[in-house]
Amino acid sequence: MAGSIQSLERAAAILRLLAGGERRLALSDVANALGLAKGTAHGILRTLQQEGFVEQDKDSGKYQLGAELLRLGQSYLDVHELRARALVWADDLARASGETVYLGVLHQRGVLIVHHVFRPDDTRQVLEVGSMQPLHSTALGKVLTAFDPVARAELVESEREAFTAHTVTDLDAIDAEAAVVRERGWAQAVEETWTGVASIAALIQDRRRNPVGAVALNGPVERVCTAEPNGTAGPVRPELVVSVREAARAISRDLGAPRF
Amino acid sequence: MTTSNGQYIAAIDQGTTSSRCIVFGADGRIVAVDQQEHSQIFPQPGWVEHDAEEIWTRVQSVVSGALAKAGLTRDDIRAIGITNQRETTVLWDKNTGKPVHNALVWQDTRTEDLCKELGRNVGQDRFRRETGLPLASYFAGPKIRWLLDNVDGLRERAERGEILFGTMDTWVIWNLTGGVDGGKHVTDVTNASRTMLMNLHTLQWDEKIAESMGVPLSVLPEIRSSAEVYGEAVGELAGVPVASALGDQQAALFGQTCFDIGEAKSTYGTGTFLLLNTGEKVVNSYHGLLTTVGYRIGKEAPVYALEGSIAVTGSLVQWLRDQLGIISTAAEIETLASTVEDNGGAYIVPAFSGLFAPYWRSDARGVITGLTRYVTKGHLARAVLEATAWQTREVVDAMEKDSGVTLSALKVDGGMTSNNLLMQNIADVLDVPVERPFVAETTALGAAYAAGLAVGFWPDLDTLRANWHRAAEWTPRMDEATRDREYKNWLKAVERTMGWIEEDQTTGQ
Repeated sequence: MAGSIQSLERAAAILRLLAGGERRLALSDVANALGLAKGTAHGILRTLQQEGFVEQDKDSGKYQLGAELLRLGQSYLDVHELRARALVWADDLARASGETVYLGVLHQRGVLIVHHVFRPDDTRQVLEVGSMQPLHSTALGKVLTAFDPVARAELVESEREAFTAHTVTDLDAIDAEAAVVRERGWAQAVEETWTGVASIAALIQDRRRNPVGAVALNGPVERVCTAEPNGTAGPVRPELVVSVREAARAISRDLGAPRF
Repeated sequence: MTTSNGQYIAAIDQGTTSSRCIVFGADGRIVAVDQQEHSQIFPQPGWVEHDAEEIWTRVQSVVSGALAKAGLTRDDIRAIGITNQRETTVLWDKNTGKPVHNALVWQDTRTEDLCKELGRNVGQDRFRRETGLPLASYFAGPKIRWLLDNVDGLRERAERGEILFGTMDTWVIWNLTGGVDGGKHVTDVTNASRTMLMNLHTLQWDEKIAESMGVPLSVLPEIRSSAEVYGEAVGELAGVPVASALGDQQAALFGQTCFDIGEAKSTYGTGTFLLLNTGEKVVNSYHGLLTTVGYRIGKEAPVYALEGSIAVTGSLVQWLRDQLGIISTAAEIETLASTVEDNGGAYIVPAFSGLFAPYWRSDARGVITGLTRYVTKGHLARAVLEATAWQTREVVDAMEKDSGVTLSALKVDGGMTSNNLLMQNIADVLDVPVERPFVAETTALGAAYAAGLAVGFWPDLDTLRANWHRAAEWTPRMDEATRDREYKNWLKAVERTMGWIEEDQTTGQ
């Protein structure tokens, strides 16, 4: 294996040392145990401390493992937990807007639908939980791509199919739109995957503000977008954007995210 | 009756662990919710009590809280509806308004021996024909008797007419309408049907049964319909009509708008309650179900229901989480179960305290069966979810046998409806669609609907039905051969649970 980074190896050794045996060690203990100069050990410990991986006891000055390490281990949010927390808000969004609501998370190179609320008109609809939607051409996918670097990487690797005349497949154009999405906090996709369908999505964050998923509203262009004087579809309706963003905020709050 | 133009209905949901007030708009959507828990009192193993005065304080507080959150005043509230934990029993002094003892909660088992004694040579079905219920410790009648026997001087005071009995609906309505100062002493037919003292056919107190049970008629409230104006509130909601009362499971049936014969709802919580509308007919059960009043609107004919309860459903998931530590949150059961395609041949029958409907075998204890070296925790997670599905199937089968009605769809509510795999599984084993409505709070909604109907806020049942919208539907996907094979295996597993406890140790573990 080429090019290992010495300071990272040393940091890993320090973490292993703190994880075993005595748990609380003084700077000299760490330096001696690993055969490091005190100054070197101190530099690494200070960096680890800034990242939250190591904590220093105020009274004794000794070092121990930090809370951030624990959080790393628990960072994975169960999608079924996400659904359980989101249920009420997703229902409310569908009921208030009269449109279909989806909850999606990044899965491989697409968006996995983990929750689906029917449009409240009692027409025959099929539950789409477990199905996949594309990353590049849906509002859900655009939100995940804009906020989650892993999603962006997957999108780069994926084959970006042009589903309709409106589908954007060029990576530069996608990145430019992602910048806008990050700026304003929500995404739209008008007839980019399905002709006649428009969608609006916003980000769901966990308590550390990590992107864990997105909530979207889907409906016919005629209802989701305003109409231009010439009869063509205009921008998406601002009141629907507000509803989607409120739902996303409410779900995030239930997951422990700080208030915006 | 009332001149209010209020655009909202307030529902008070007095539950086992908490009291809530939910304000609904005309389209059935929730405007505001407030909730407060109350103390659970455990004086000895098997005994569970509530402080009725604390409950009344909590109720007043959540009513104020919900109004404040909604930014509304009493002028905005057209009517108040009540739904409540069923069977929980309180006796109080009608002159002071003070309870004479803590309320005995439905789960409290102290009347078990008394129930056996009351069965005499006939057994637990002694009063079933009149009341629809077996002699079991849940029901209110024997709890009244216990209080009269065990609180000093209470029987004499009761016979002098100083004492009033109520389930939580009665207690809340009496206090809400003035208490010692003219409070209405009433109950509704659904709550009365859980006392074992009401005759299902006449909807009146059965004097003979009351006498056999040693309960003086003078303590009993007047039995009214579930949707009519009982009186006007005093205090915070002064002048607002108190216009409905329904036991919680019946309220959920009503909130799910199961108004037609053959419509059923199932509420999936720690336990599960399935109610089937049987129309104006009292259907006797020969398969271990209860016959109960579903609801009665004003002077209309009463609508009856068959009820099947499953003791252990969500609590089996909790057991996996808390006792076995296989999962860390309840939602993870679905993640774990999704790691495998099927149950790997394993079945779990959670007969933790015997088998309930339709078997009623107290000598049964839980089993995990079909274990091979191949079985993983994923398979067990699946078996946990399937246990809830198969138990539902058994109750539905019993209902179809008793009523002759074939279920065409199942409406579901409760916390476990967020479990997609479970809902699919239930659709698969029942071979009917499973439908989840938008408003998850079907219990409070049912009480609001009944109150709104009583004051003309909603004109008729069709309007309420039009408010019901499907948020999700799971359609059956399992082929018949698989379903039949799996059901056979499940029944075989159930058989393995029986007779575990020997005759002389039935009171032990």
